[in-house]
Amino acid sequence: MKTPLAIAITAAALTATYALAEEPKEGGVIDTIIQPEPPGLVLGMIQNAPTRTVAGNIYEGLLRYSTDLEPMPQLAESWEVSDDGRTWTFHLRENVSWHDGEPFTAEDVVFSADVFHRELNPSARAVLQHVESIEALDDYTVAFTLKEPFGPFLISFEAGTFTMVPKHIYEGTEFRDNEANNHPIGTGPFKFENWDRGTVIQLVKNEDYYEEDLPYLDGINWHIIPDGASRAVAYENGTVDVLPYGTVENFDIPRLTEMDNTCVTEHGNEYFSPFAMLWMNNREGPTADKRFRQAVMYAMDREFARNVLWNGLGKVPLGAFGSNAKFQNDDLAPFDHDPERARELLDEMGYDGEEVRLLPLPYGETWTRWAEAVQQNLKEVGINVRTEATDVGGWNQRLGDWDYDLAFTYLYQYGDPALGISRTYLSNNIQKGSPWNNVEGYENPKVDELFNQAATAHPDEKREALYHDVQEILQEDVPVGWLLELGFPTIYRCDVKNLVTSGVGVNDGFKDAWLDR
Amino acid sequence: MLYARLIASRLFKAVVVLFLIIIFNFFLIQMAPGDPAAILAGEAGATDAEFLRQLTERFGLDQPLHVQLWRYVSGVATLDFGFSYRQQVPVLDLILERLPATLLLTGTAFVLSLVLGIVAGSLAAARVKKPSGSVIMALALVFYATPLFWVALMAVVLFSVYLEWLPAYGMYTVGAGHVGLAMALDVGKHLILPATTLALFFMAIYTRMTRASMLEAAQQDFVKTARAKGLSPRVIQRRHVLRNALLPIITLAGLQAGQMVGGAILTETVFAWPGIGRLMYEALQQRDYNLLLGIFFFSAALVIVFNIVTDLVYRLADPRIKEGS
Repeated sequence: MKTPLAIAITAAALTATYALAEEPKEGGVIDTIIQPEPPGLVLGMIQNAPTRTVAGNIYEGLLRYSTDLEPMPQLAESWEVSDDGRTWTFHLRENVSWHDGEPFTAEDVVFSADVFHRELNPSARAVLQHVESIEALDDYTVAFTLKEPFGPFLISFEAGTFTMVPKHIYEGTEFRDNEANNHPIGTGPFKFENWDRGTVIQLVKNEDYYEEDLPYLDGINWHIIPDGASRAVAYENGTVDVLPYGTVENFDIPRLTEMDNTCVTEHGNEYFSPFAMLWMNNREGPTADKRFRQAVMYAMDREFARNVLWNGLGKVPLGAFGSNAKFQNDDLAPFDHDPERARELLDEMGYDGEEVRLLPLPYGETWTRWAEAVQQNLKEVGINVRTEATDVGGWNQRLGDWDYDLAFTYLYQYGDPALGISRTYLSNNIQKGSPWNNVEGYENPKVDELFNQAATAHPDEKREALYHDVQEILQEDVPVGWLLELGFPTIYRCDVKNLVTSGVGVNDGFKDAWLDR
Repeated sequence: MLYARLIASRLFKAVVVLFLIIIFNFFLIQMAPGDPAAILAGEAGATDAEFLRQLTERFGLDQPLHVQLWRYVSGVATLDFGFSYRQQVPVLDLILERLPATLLLTGTAFVLSLVLGIVAGSLAAARVKKPSGSVIMALALVFYATPLFWVALMAVVLFSVYLEWLPAYGMYTVGAGHVGLAMALDVGKHLILPATTLALFFMAIYTRMTRASMLEAAQQDFVKTARAKGLSPRVIQRRHVLRNALLPIITLAGLQAGQMVGGAILTETVFAWPGIGRLMYEALQQRDYNLLLGIFFFSAALVIVFNIVTDLVYRLADPRIKEGS
């Protein structure tokens, strides 16, 4: 179903194509919002979403990724792989300097990857465990030698995950206590200027940026406004020009997008591609029976949730692999909304009406309403649901302790099943204490084997076959409920041009942005 | 001399009370579900066992509770409130950075509500049987009964969105680069909406209380005497009635002043005022124990200070009150 907003987005996409033909103008400062306030700005040390969003303009990775998730040059100009798929060689740009004037070289890459990230960064660590050695061949050439071919290697160099940090500042210091953390030094198009806690983070143009003419803007002000309604007002009365994803409540989005001179895009989400899921406790209670879990999938009206709660944005997924993930198996039987089928499955397993506890995600109104909708759907087929609301801390603890039956969550996909998807299903990823690993407690040796083989199979055709098999098993077992691939829109004034130019959206979009004023 | 001894003894008691509060708060916070390391890891969206181990070790959360308590109390004794888990900044720095904004906001609201409340209440008492008196009381009732957040939102819609007279949020215009007087004016403009919103509720209470206690005082014999002496009604109202009606208002003002640090969470959130209330709310959400304890400490200290100040003011307002009586 095409909603008016979806049409507006298509129109905005067309406008964006036109914009490329225009001559960019220099100057101007963009006012935007960061929500919540980030804990710090040193990427690599902190990887949460608000830090990525602001600091993605200060720091850079070796590569960036298009909205189709194709690698594009950033600090690395070009790259090649050996025939056995084990050695990747990156050729770095030669005219790059850090914000303090020191040159950026291969030594920085080796330090960032081999020392800094290995110690501090769990996301990078997941990739680095496949890396045997990292060597600087000369000042501008780096070779990564892998233990075995690793399919998603080339997609893991995004700035937020695999940030390049300055060796001359961090080497030999206690990284977390380094004085420089208060004044981050990167290679990016914008430099850190000022952080007035609780009010604003200000970045200014990097005059010495290596790309000719970039950036066009003089700076970016990230306003910190804790209340959702006040953030909407800030856009309405013209104080801010860009509302990145998640900054206003969903019910405000249709109203704001109808304003004059307002454009909206769903692009810029492709790399993270947040996937909303329903954790189902595979260990005990009715949810331990796969027929119950299948029944939940048939009972939920996911189209309704998308159209009503999420303003028609996002995609209803077929199964465990989101649409932006590679190697999707399109032959799977979809879980359509089919309450009758759900009731049959419940009868077949002999469900006795035992109460199941549902934990909504404490991230605002939309999630609360969504939990209510799911509860309603489940009650319709005879499942007895009790909602247990918590705050963020309680939610983390309950999931980490596996103290739940059903629970909402959303996880990033990171462009490749081996990075963002397998972690939810691998049995060695069952570890108490974290709400982001295999929380549901799913154990299937065949699935483990297929995922592990697929991560390191070479070339891609072999990976595809393995991933297609694993998706069939998951579709049958339903370890978790697949709710929705979230469509987080970026709302902005139409005279902000070239805002979203990559698969990470505003996280580095201000590099190319300019103001037509 | 008498005052000096009084203050000394009160300060000694205050230190004991503060110490008990520190210990009580420490255990209270430990009882909240949710481990700070898990929340920090959760915020990062990706985690492994190593990451959790590093965090727990760094914050000393792997230590037994009594060790953590000892570390904390001995730290506070030297004004070291520890590090904020989430922001990696000393707690004292964070609090001192935010405290001025809160004091400016709540202080303005305090003065505004007290002055306007007493004036409106006196007027209402003087016009007790006239329509103008009823109008004041009706308004006071409305402000007393209306939820603060709603008033705040409506004020923004009216004055910022429609009329565009006043800024909707923040403490100053970002990027304007004002200095000196221009900066003060800019902050003043940003202060109007939040301070008024925050003041309305207490102003309504002061109005109602002033009127009630003035009407009560007006029935007293000494007022009749004053009237019999032929003093003008205005002088009677001010010198004899109002002065005697002030005591309950001082009590209430002391309570309000004590709430200054933590009492503005809602207003600070809606108006994006960079104060302590917001910091406290965020710290709670993040289970940022050290920061939360630090803010509790400062709020408690302020409550105690204002209790002492209130006692002293009582004595000034009514010399009959003495130590021990």
